[in-house]
Amino acid sequence: MEARLRVRRFDPESGDGARYQSYALEVPSYATVLDTLLQIRDDLDGSLALRCSCRSAICGSCAMRINGQARLACKTKVLALAPDGEEITVEPMGNMPVIKDLVTDMASFWSKVKAIGPWLQPVGPSPKREYLVPQETTRDLTEVMACIMCGACVSDCATLETELGLGKDPDATFLGPAALAKAYRFVADPRDGADGQRLLALSRAEGIWDCTRCNICVEVCPKGVAPLEQILALRRKAIEAGYEENLGARHTLEFEKTVRESAWL
Amino acid sequence: MKYAFWPGCSVPRQGTPELRISAVAVCQKLGIELEELSYAPCTGSGILQGKDLLLADTLNASTFAIAEVMELPLMTICSTCQGVLSQANKRMRDKPGHLAQVNQALAQQDMEYSGKVEVKHLVWVLVEDYGLDRLKAAVVKPLAGLRVAPFYGCYIVRPSAALGFAEHPERKDSLERVIAALGAEVVDFRGKNLCCGYPLVGVNDETSAAMVGNHTSEAKEKGADCMATPCPLCHMNLDGVQPAAAEQRSERIGLPILHLTQLMGLALGIAPPDLGFDRHAVSVKGVLEKLGY
Repeated sequence: MEARLRVRRFDPESGDGARYQSYALEVPSYATVLDTLLQIRDDLDGSLALRCSCRSAICGSCAMRINGQARLACKTKVLALAPDGEEITVEPMGNMPVIKDLVTDMASFWSKVKAIGPWLQPVGPSPKREYLVPQETTRDLTEVMACIMCGACVSDCATLETELGLGKDPDATFLGPAALAKAYRFVADPRDGADGQRLLALSRAEGIWDCTRCNICVEVCPKGVAPLEQILALRRKAIEAGYEENLGARHTLEFEKTVRESAWL
Repeated sequence: MKYAFWPGCSVPRQGTPELRISAVAVCQKLGIELEELSYAPCTGSGILQGKDLLLADTLNASTFAIAEVMELPLMTICSTCQGVLSQANKRMRDKPGHLAQVNQALAQQDMEYSGKVEVKHLVWVLVEDYGLDRLKAAVVKPLAGLRVAPFYGCYIVRPSAALGFAEHPERKDSLERVIAALGAEVVDFRGKNLCCGYPLVGVNDETSAAMVGNHTSEAKEKGADCMATPCPLCHMNLDGVQPAAAEQRSERIGLPILHLTQLMGLALGIAPPDLGFDRHAVSVKGVLEKLGY
């Protein structure tokens, strides 16, 4: 079958702005968008830059905007998006600077993940043998542990897009769905002892309360991490732990009080 | 056609009484019978879910339980209510243990929910149950020449897994279909299913206003005369915060924001004074003039 891709091209060395280039090529009916891009690079245009590694939706390298939505190119079938041979638009992820063509600079993404302290911080003496974790708790963590850090949720995050649009320094913007989901992974881990510090830090500006709950992260995540659900779980834990001195928590508590009193706002 | 009617917080003392007034008026014109729920608590609006999920789902299960006793499908006129109710329904259907826990709480008020009630926003009712041909036939004053930008907001489009899009693909563009059936021209724009910014009001007003500014300005640039939304919360932000958003951008916007039911009312021949436009922050005068009022 024929695949038709319209690819956003950008080469900083050319001195020109971004442009769109269309390609048409024969691919097998089972081809993914990534297969098609690699075939373009191999056969038609060796200058096309993209990131990929495992080609199996495990490594998280090939997230890009396909028909306006962040997806893994290796998990997106051409046929599914273009059953009648429609042209598919392929662009780099949003909310991050473009280095070249489909390759983005993920520095801010990683600095936010690092900011939440993404490692276990146990307190007290180490157990003599392995840590025993109740099965129920592990089940609660399976969604967040499935995250492959592809950046799709951050690419399409509405709060982040709006704040970057206001000209804010990327490192001073909303922590974003990936870092917050990762934070829940540690807050909910019974082996971690730093919940208090974590929840206090996450309750500050540009943390859990700045999410606008638009559900885009849930929709675009290729691994079912459901970042918004983890952000809501963090909000519940932060309030439970008493971190109420912020606008988001106060608003939520006031809302709850009114609903409990009258069942209405 | 009869539905258990869930007015949400569009009740008179709340934010958007004009939504309820116009919704009841258009349903009457169309012969869609509404039986109001005797008691129905707030859905939690996605806010309560960030404090007490069981309480939120129990409140929503009580709404479903009442509709179940009425033996009627449930109809909403608010995208947020629709989304929150749909998500609660999905949680209870997917996890029988969760439904059992909710029913335990409901039992204290002699209520029980089976998990089976269907809940539909009016815009879905029009497309799926009423029929667009029938709607077209009911139009007495086609909105010819009026350029309308649809604004879905979030809850009626995401997460799609909770909203029945797989079984009802027509829901994805239901708003455009209804606007076109009224005789108006649909103005497509990127922001139509992005966040209006309402959930950030009082938490991050700068970002919230920027969202309003981005969407209204984009729609206006695309040539829209007005925007129509099936969500009262989107309406409150896009209309009420628009002057602040314009100031933030240092530009004039002045884009009238209509509830979908108000737009329908105009096409169905309901007099503008009966549609509650006097409550809007941004004047709808331009829209009415274009339609010859």
